[in-house]
Amino acid sequence: MSVVVIGAGQAGCQAAVSLREQGYRGPVTIVGDENVPPYQRPPLTKAYLAGDVDLDGVLVRPESFYAEHGIDLVLGDPAAAVVREDREVHLRSGLVLRYSHLVLATGARPRTLPGALTLRTVADAEVLRERLHRPARAVVIGAGFVGLEFAAVARTKGHEVTVVEALPRALARSVSPIVADHVVARHEERGVRVLLGAQLSAPERGNADLVVAGIGVVPNVALAEDAGLTVDDGVVVDAHLRTDDPFIYAIGDCASFSSAFAGTRIRLESVQNAMDQAMCVAAGIMGSAEPYTAVPWFWSDQYDMKLQIAGITRGHDRTEIDGDPSSGRFAVYCYRGDRLLGVECVNKPAAFVQTRRRLAERQEFSVA
Amino acid sequence: MPKITYTQPDGVQSVVDVNEGDSVMRGAVLNGVPGIVAQCGGGASCGTCHVYVDKDNTKPLPEMHPVEDELLHCTSSPRQDNSRLSCQLPVSAELDGLVVHVPETQI
Repeated sequence: MSVVVIGAGQAGCQAAVSLREQGYRGPVTIVGDENVPPYQRPPLTKAYLAGDVDLDGVLVRPESFYAEHGIDLVLGDPAAAVVREDREVHLRSGLVLRYSHLVLATGARPRTLPGALTLRTVADAEVLRERLHRPARAVVIGAGFVGLEFAAVARTKGHEVTVVEALPRALARSVSPIVADHVVARHEERGVRVLLGAQLSAPERGNADLVVAGIGVVPNVALAEDAGLTVDDGVVVDAHLRTDDPFIYAIGDCASFSSAFAGTRIRLESVQNAMDQAMCVAAGIMGSAEPYTAVPWFWSDQYDMKLQIAGITRGHDRTEIDGDPSSGRFAVYCYRGDRLLGVECVNKPAAFVQTRRRLAERQEFSVA
Repeated sequence: MPKITYTQPDGVQSVVDVNEGDSVMRGAVLNGVPGIVAQCGGGASCGTCHVYVDKDNTKPLPEMHPVEDELLHCTSSPRQDNSRLSCQLPVSAELDGLVVHVPETQI
């Protein structure tokens, strides 16, 4: 028995850690493209970008942890092919790893625009952090979480910041218009120019010292596709996060799974999903498989705003607001018909934890 | 380095050296102490690093911020007077010897 995990992000790392926590004794290898031990991405657009923490502060585990726990880290040597007939992973260097179970945690890569920087890896964040040391006119393309979090840090550091979004509103994929408008208003109050339903004009682009694209990610599915596994946006997995090969799982940003919360097949790009799917798969490999039913949740910190989302609110047809948005502290409960889909909270953590709990209990009840 | 003791629900204890300035949460995660999930990595965003501070504790702990208080509103293991989020407890020499109890569940 040996487990190979492809991908050294939060999902891949947690899969290996959870296997050890659950008593797995066979060899475990994590294969990563980057030359850095597994790290947390959320701080890259927050504390790390701001210069408040360094690499050590964002590592998921200290470097020494892996050897101490018998986890082999193969870094800077991307997987080149999965040979299912032989249950082997071939790395670019020529190294071949045999597996009894394979976990694909290959993540996603940012969509790019010519001349624009992206913010996904610690190397990206390092470049941007450096650039923010001197005064800059920064243009952010895309008013999603990455773009807005970058804008918040850059503006707080005193830079001139413009956010350009092609769609008529910010965070369109993620939150209700009430919350999106509130977030945009907070940016504008601090002096960020937010242009919605707009394209970056040539003169404006010419004036910018720094252009950052935050226009979403594309799942890394080439390995799975080449190995003949079903791919539909992400790597398609069943309720136990298994691909159509029973010895291969897919987790985290790259996995497409059927979600009771979304009512459809989705990919989720979040730490919660990465960690919970990793734990689920570790249990499956250990022979105590349970379907994946964890409540999705997400957070974003911008200025003094703590935004927390429980559930998947996309597709709601009705909202109830608790609190006064003008106070900067409110929660938006999102429903489809009578069914509570989730809550979006601005500086209202109690509503977040209560709703997450409520959704978890409903889920347990419906599974049982 | 200050020593922090983490006691599991079954009584098993881990005594861990934690860097000054790291939180009680980070000390647990870095040393592989189970039961402290800490999904958000320490930003008081998720409420999954709940601990019970030992009842006999006399060491000075920081005041609870309203955000921490709210996140402890609805913990899956019942909240008690000694409940804290371990990401909000920075370790200093004064906390050397602190004992915290890990709850049964976090979410």
